[in-house]
Amino acid sequence: MARPGFVLEVDRSTPPILTWHGEGFRLERLPAGRSRVIYAPEPLKPLDDPDEEIRQALLHPMGDSAPLPDLLFAGMRLTIAFDDISLPLPPMRRPDNRQRVMEAVLEMAAAAGVDDVVLICALALHRRMTEAELRHAVGDRVYDAFAPSGRLLQHDAEDPAGLVHLGQTDQGEDVEINRRAAESDLLVYVNINLVAMDGGHKSVATGLASYRSLRHHHNVRTMRHSRSFMDQERSELHSSNWRMGRLIAASGVKVFQIETTLNNDAFPEQMGFLQKREWEWTARDRGAYLATTKSLSLAPPRVARSIFQSIKAPHAMTSVYAGEVEAVHRATTDMVYRQQLVAVDGQTDIAVFGLPHLCPYNVNSIMNPILVMCMGLGYLFNLYRGQPVVRRGGVAILSHPTPWAFHPVHHPSYIDFFEEVLADTTDPVEIEKNYEARFANDEWYRHLYRTSHAYHGVHPFYMWYWGAHALEHLGRVIIVGGEPRSVRRLGFSPASTLADALEMASDVVGRDATITHLHCPPIMIADVS
Amino acid sequence: MLRDALAGKRIAITGATGFLGTALTERLLRSVPECEVVLLIRPGRRGALDRVRREILRNSCFDRFRSEAGEAFDGLIQDRLQVMAGDVGADGLGLDDAGQELLRSCHIVIHSAATVSFDSPLDAAVEINLLGPTRVARTLLDLHAGKAPQDLPYLVAVSTAYVAGSRRGRAPEANLTDTPWSTELEWEPEVQAARRARADTDAESRDPKMLARFHRDARRELGAAGTPLLAARAERLRQEWVDDRLVELGKARAQGLGWPDAYAYTKALGERALLSTRQALPLSIVRPSIIESALAEPVPGWIRGFRMADPVIISYAKGLLKEFPGVPEGIIDVIPVDLVVSSIIAVAARGPLEEPDVFHAASGAHNPLRYRQLVELVRDWFIENPLADGHDQPITVPDWSFPGRRRVQKQLNRAARAISTAEKGLQSLPLRGRQADLSARLEERRDEVERATSYVELYGAYTETEAIFSVDRLLDLHRSMSDEDRREFGFDPAVIDWPHFCRDVYLPSVVGHARVRLATPGRSSPRKGATGMTREERGRKAVLAAERQLAVFDLENTLIASNVVDSYSWLATRRLDDPDRVRFVARTLKEAPRLLSLDRSDRSDFLRYFYRRYEGAPVDRLEQDTWDLFSGLVLTKSFPAGIRRVRQHRALGHKTLLITGALDVVIEPLRPLFDEVVCARLGTKGGRFTGELVEAPPTGEARALIMADYARAHDLDLAECVAYADSASDLPMLEAAGHPVAVNPETKLAAIARKRGWHVEHWPKAEGGPRPLLPIGPRR
Repeated sequence: MARPGFVLEVDRSTPPILTWHGEGFRLERLPAGRSRVIYAPEPLKPLDDPDEEIRQALLHPMGDSAPLPDLLFAGMRLTIAFDDISLPLPPMRRPDNRQRVMEAVLEMAAAAGVDDVVLICALALHRRMTEAELRHAVGDRVYDAFAPSGRLLQHDAEDPAGLVHLGQTDQGEDVEINRRAAESDLLVYVNINLVAMDGGHKSVATGLASYRSLRHHHNVRTMRHSRSFMDQERSELHSSNWRMGRLIAASGVKVFQIETTLNNDAFPEQMGFLQKREWEWTARDRGAYLATTKSLSLAPPRVARSIFQSIKAPHAMTSVYAGEVEAVHRATTDMVYRQQLVAVDGQTDIAVFGLPHLCPYNVNSIMNPILVMCMGLGYLFNLYRGQPVVRRGGVAILSHPTPWAFHPVHHPSYIDFFEEVLADTTDPVEIEKNYEARFANDEWYRHLYRTSHAYHGVHPFYMWYWGAHALEHLGRVIIVGGEPRSVRRLGFSPASTLADALEMASDVVGRDATITHLHCPPIMIADVS
Repeated sequence: MLRDALAGKRIAITGATGFLGTALTERLLRSVPECEVVLLIRPGRRGALDRVRREILRNSCFDRFRSEAGEAFDGLIQDRLQVMAGDVGADGLGLDDAGQELLRSCHIVIHSAATVSFDSPLDAAVEINLLGPTRVARTLLDLHAGKAPQDLPYLVAVSTAYVAGSRRGRAPEANLTDTPWSTELEWEPEVQAARRARADTDAESRDPKMLARFHRDARRELGAAGTPLLAARAERLRQEWVDDRLVELGKARAQGLGWPDAYAYTKALGERALLSTRQALPLSIVRPSIIESALAEPVPGWIRGFRMADPVIISYAKGLLKEFPGVPEGIIDVIPVDLVVSSIIAVAARGPLEEPDVFHAASGAHNPLRYRQLVELVRDWFIENPLADGHDQPITVPDWSFPGRRRVQKQLNRAARAISTAEKGLQSLPLRGRQADLSARLEERRDEVERATSYVELYGAYTETEAIFSVDRLLDLHRSMSDEDRREFGFDPAVIDWPHFCRDVYLPSVVGHARVRLATPGRSSPRKGATGMTREERGRKAVLAAERQLAVFDLENTLIASNVVDSYSWLATRRLDDPDRVRFVARTLKEAPRLLSLDRSDRSDFLRYFYRRYEGAPVDRLEQDTWDLFSGLVLTKSFPAGIRRVRQHRALGHKTLLITGALDVVIEPLRPLFDEVVCARLGTKGGRFTGELVEAPPTGEARALIMADYARAHDLDLAECVAYADSASDLPMLEAAGHPVAVNPETKLAAIARKRGWHVEHWPKAEGGPRPLLPIGPRR
């Protein structure tokens, strides 16, 4: 039986706590008597026979959906959309959930004599995946069957002919999604639900949408009213997606949603210490920690990065549900909460977030400073239900090297955003007002998004909006061990050690401030009372 | 009264664009209200009047007069200043009828035109310094042919005290012919010899061996810059060589005859020639010593041009000149320009004597400045006000130990050799960007040392001169003036307070004039100029100004750190299996040196040779693979700042043009970045490439033509064009553009850009991108 999450009160006997720091980690001693550490629940027991569970889910769908075989018929147009490279984190070992599910769906489609099948990667405004990445996600068998004949597509949010406008919601939100998906007799969506934000109506309404549609919920106002976006009940981001999803259904698009969940077994065995509580480290864990940190400190950043990029997580499937979107997603969300929720008693003055090497937007890439901001203030800050871990006006301390470095192919508009926009202002409202339209409609970024492997021109803005709620909530943000000039460009304060950062924070929250360290990854959600 | 004597007089001046001439013109116009001034001006491109306006009236010399006269200034100039176009280097002074008429009407002619640089070629010095005064005298005699001596105009010729030659003891104010120890030398044969030397040297320079040498040197400097540029440069080098030889010849001849240099030598012969040809023309000669900044008129410290002692002092302050030869107790004969001007005016006002007479305008005899005192004053001043080095740190000036000239020369030669060796070493390496900049800086340093060496050679003789120029006649003239004249037009050298003159007048004006920076205590950030911007920011602002019209970009190493070999390897290996890849890499590496040297000698040949490899390659497959190449190589190795720059130009409404030797199929994905792309194109046959170019690839001077054609076709002004490139082979294009920018320049271009003050950009690859060791495509 996996142990649930746990909040440790730090006392004088507490060992130093492992804190992520990009492609590496540090052991940090937290002040006794006023600090606590939140640990994620241990990995849930995986499904014994995932392939059989998938078959059962397809045959016994939820909500008012008929079993999948009943929806398939010869001569139909079938589109299977699937989540892109941003999920899961780190990428999982083969076979990927998407491969398992797709093979099952394709088998049933073949049995029903369906010929017109197209697979679409639901990129939204993310970068196109490479051949290797697609092969990893869908498996070689599926790839070789579909890619050469041009039936494995990647959603193109900038292809006017490939989009269809389905109408506006009662709130005036445009719904424009992939034409092939919308005009199919059945749209099967294959999802991996890593965090509570994923899935549900967001899969289709976001993953297959265009900028015209996305801008209604990917904006500063929405993000400031999503508290948090990991909590569907209190998230304007989700309300908007749900309105859109219902409009999509009402326009006659038949969606058969398949959602899977994973346990949080994120690191291979030799890095097992990353999943453990420090006082339970064995001699072997200590040795592994020393060996790992020593070799990482000797390796150039480029080498360290490629070591981390090669990590494939032993994530295992813990559930699979299929059928009508909302019913499926309720069950899925429960499973996510079971794996990730940790009860936390009240807020503190300071939150400490160790940032790992990876966020959803730099798989096989580098975590640039904008992604550092998004990871810290967007994702980690929002890993809460109820209220943020840190009180209003409190301080967030992030730990990350924050180099002034960008991937030239994946993040071209990020480079310009950093050099031009952030040099002018870091206020999300100003940025949205003065710069978004120019980047979103830029022909060169559009060209790179469509033909190369670049995130859309507007994507760095979304990263910044993702942190808008935190920016409004916090009194100060400090980055430990970050490159000072990039930290300052972000509008934050650089500190060389955690002790310095705590000292700096005392200007804002006083000398006896309380501290919470989110021991993440593995991913958790702090259920703050 | 001096003013009364000159009232109603019309005074002609030659050499008015020079240091002394400008001061003289200004003083006459400002302080002698009832005289008229006529200037003999060599017409420039825009005519003599324009030169007067731009080079004389706009000089800061006239600031005081302009503000004192107020609105009347233009009217005063209009009424009292006339200009005749002419040239003292031409017989009859090159005057037209109107000019002759004007000159005929002048009562006094002050001849101050001279080539004062101590290193002018022998024949030029002869034409101007030796023959100039004679030409003036002859022209005046011709214009006044048949007149009685008392009706002839009065010629005041400005010479130099150093006509006395390198000797010890007193030099009297007397005609050279009357000085017993002066060199007996016929001047006509010297003129013939100088003219012959020019012709001989020129012939020598056209020897095939010499021509080959100039071409080699041009190539070493510019690299593969294309035939027209190399030819032009080689011709320039030839002319420079001829001039240098003539400078050497002049110096050797002068020193052999006992003068410090060609200037003094030609001036001395000029005096002799004048005396032998003047017939009855009334004549006085004024011989100043080393003329330096004004003591009081028009304002303390006023100076024009870089005077003789200034570069020496600046070199010392920069720490370049650790020693300067000289005799500590020797006299440095310096005289402020306003004292010389007053002497000349006083001589002119006095009028001629029956026989020609001579005045020294010098300080040495009456109020000597000792070499040791000058060195100490200079040293103390720069200790208090040090210059700043490249890092804005104060430069410490060395102690001077008054060594002999030879020792100093030896030291400097050693330094020059060391730098030269280091430079050659660096230049042979394939450097770019900041490293190349280092090599360029080294070259600059070498130039500075070489210049310092030449100062020692040139001026060393002056610091070692032990002649004393007597000023008895000058002082007599001074005493003969009224009190009021002495107050206003005084020229007694005794009024100079040397410490005050050096500290408060001379050194500040030298430093101000040399555009060097004083170190400011406590500064550490890059220096910002008057505009509040660093040099880099100013350069960037200039190229991104809204009024620019066209931005032209080179591709390889300007926008991406890659080349045609990389993209070929990437595409070629894309469909090879592993053993074949290894073989391919081995083969390419083996061939690399040959490719490199071919590329260095001629870019077009290289491209033609290299592109043959595409022979037989299927067009459709390359068209497909190029999109992977785009992400896998081109964008990966791109300079984000460069791509941003292209987009900034477009956003500003400038046209953008890419000119590259890369293949069309390879750069296809880059097209949307530019308004227009000019690239190399391969022929196709049956769906396969032939390996032959359809037309000459756009390289070297062809790029300049393409740019000009594009500008013409779109009605754009090349002066408003910004060109970005990385190598000297793009020089024709960079030179043709109004705003050249060197991007990550290789050594040769870095040196050129630095010399010409071009804007330089260092654009790095994105820090976080993948860095494949070899340009090998992933297998397909």
